[in-house]
Amino acid sequence: MFLQIKDLHKNFWTRQGELVVLKNITMDIHQGEFVCALGASGSGKSTLLRQIAGLDQPTSGEVRIEGRRIVGPGPDRGMVFQHYTLYPWMNVQANTEFGLKLQGVPRQVRREQASYYLSVVGLTQFARALPRELSGGMKQRVAIARALASEPKILLMDEPFGALDVHTKEAMHEFMLDLWQRTKITVFMITHDVEEAVFLSGRIYALGSRPGTIRKEMVINLPHRDHTVKRQAIFHDYRDELMDLMRKHGQEALAAVA
Amino acid sequence: MNSPHPIQSLVKPRVIKPTVFWRLAEDIPSTLSSTLILVSVLFPLVTWWAITTFGQVDPKFLPSPQQVIEAGVRLGRSGDLLRDTVASLWRVGVGFAWAALISIPIGVLMGSFASIRALLEPLFGLMRYMPAPAFIPLLILYLGIGEEPKITLIFIGVFFFNSLMVMDTVKFVPKELIEATYMLGGTRWDTLGQVILPHVVPGIIDACRINLAAAWQLVIVAELIAATDGLGRRISVAGRFLRTDEIFVCLIVIGMIGLLMDLGFQALLRSTCRWASQRR
Ligand SMILES: Nc1ncnc2c1ncn2[C@@H]1O[C@H](COP(=O)(O)OP(=O)(O)OP(=O)(O)O)[C@@H](O)[C@H]1O
Ligand SMILES: [Mg+2]
Repeated sequence: MFLQIKDLHKNFWTRQGELVVLKNITMDIHQGEFVCALGASGSGKSTLLRQIAGLDQPTSGEVRIEGRRIVGPGPDRGMVFQHYTLYPWMNVQANTEFGLKLQGVPRQVRREQASYYLSVVGLTQFARALPRELSGGMKQRVAIARALASEPKILLMDEPFGALDVHTKEAMHEFMLDLWQRTKITVFMITHDVEEAVFLSGRIYALGSRPGTIRKEMVINLPHRDHTVKRQAIFHDYRDELMDLMRKHGQEALAAVA
Repeated sequence: MNSPHPIQSLVKPRVIKPTVFWRLAEDIPSTLSSTLILVSVLFPLVTWWAITTFGQVDPKFLPSPQQVIEAGVRLGRSGDLLRDTVASLWRVGVGFAWAALISIPIGVLMGSFASIRALLEPLFGLMRYMPAPAFIPLLILYLGIGEEPKITLIFIGVFFFNSLMVMDTVKFVPKELIEATYMLGGTRWDTLGQVILPHVVPGIIDACRINLAAAWQLVIVAELIAATDGLGRRISVAGRFLRTDEIFVCLIVIGMIGLLMDLGFQALLRSTCRWASQRR
């Protein structure tokens, strides 16, 4: 087992009392898989990813990578955050190199490595641009290149395309699939977008809200992955099933609040 | 849908009319802006000139622009003005440099570590509200009337404010930027030196710009009270002998130097922090 999450619980103490955000999360992700966690806003997706990243400690349960328990953040896991996290004073090249610099990689090596991953994400011409001169989609591609440059064991992504328009998003999906096939990297991605999850992942964990629990695990078997597949019946079946599931949870959650 | 009130019948329709002069948070045309700048400079000068020319004012009370220029030339020729300016600038330079040198790292540490903040913030917050000029008698008592009490006064006046202002800029570093650095393999030390520090450089420059203005005022106050040279000293001597024109010369020089220091810091900010220029 590559990434193993076992019996993970996470509670927060707030002014209103104890808030159970994640309950009973158990997941296994194998090497080279592309797995999505799908859930509505507030279902605890970012919280889950933060436990895997080691930026936060679970209340109980554990996360292991290649059998080793995660106790803190580290470059063996590449992280792409929900919000833009490029360093605004560094140009694109320096941003991409920065992880390698922190890890003490010699200048020449890290320059070539960063250039390579910038070409992978198609941003070679923008190497000298500052982040504020980039569009949202380009910023996320730099963030992906920056995470990939250290060649992590797994790429963790928190709704990386959530802020993009439909067409840019579609282009980023094709880009992600292409990248995944070429680099064979393990990807764990978080999203609230059902079509995105079905199109990209081999497996989906659908999360319910309040508290966040795994409602369903679903293996996706699409005959091929390009945008035409989105018009096929099998794609619609997956999508509709997940949509129904999420709608039902949404209504339950609303009823629970009311 | 039935809301409890027929809101549309209760609210007045409003439109926002286009305007040039009263635009909120927008630029005005450059011709208008240069006209307004010119007016703001010329209006007080012309008023001053008109009052002294047509108003039968005693020059001991309000000298005319010509008299002030003459006094300026006189002071300049004799070398007094330069000597006093250098004396004041030197005190500010030394006191401010020491204060900045120590307060910047302390402010960064206070902003970064809640522990250091808890240790120092109560004391600094209290000291900040003790007006620095009120320390002058104590400083004279402890340090005499040489350069030390004046430099120390500037240090006290700048140090606490600057530490707290630098601390505040550090708090604006997004948490996610720090976490992203951890995920890229950075240690806490790396994060402090290579992420937090560059991120707060514009804020530090700005804090220093504001506190240098305070230092410049303090040196004049200190010299007014006890000094043998300096622009403040010259003002107090000129006041004693009713040389009002010399007071005006010194005030104008003080203002110009302050303005130049401010512009210098603004230029420094623009040239070193191009990435931040859109934020301000
Ligand atoms: N540090 C915290 N302290 C208290 N409550 C928190 C904290 N972090 C998250 N929560 C709560 O946990 C719940 C889940 O938050 P989380 O950010 O994980 O949701 P999400 O699924 O990522 O939502 P979105 O899709 O909007 O990003 C929310 O109700 C939130 O209020
Ligand atoms: Mg989130």
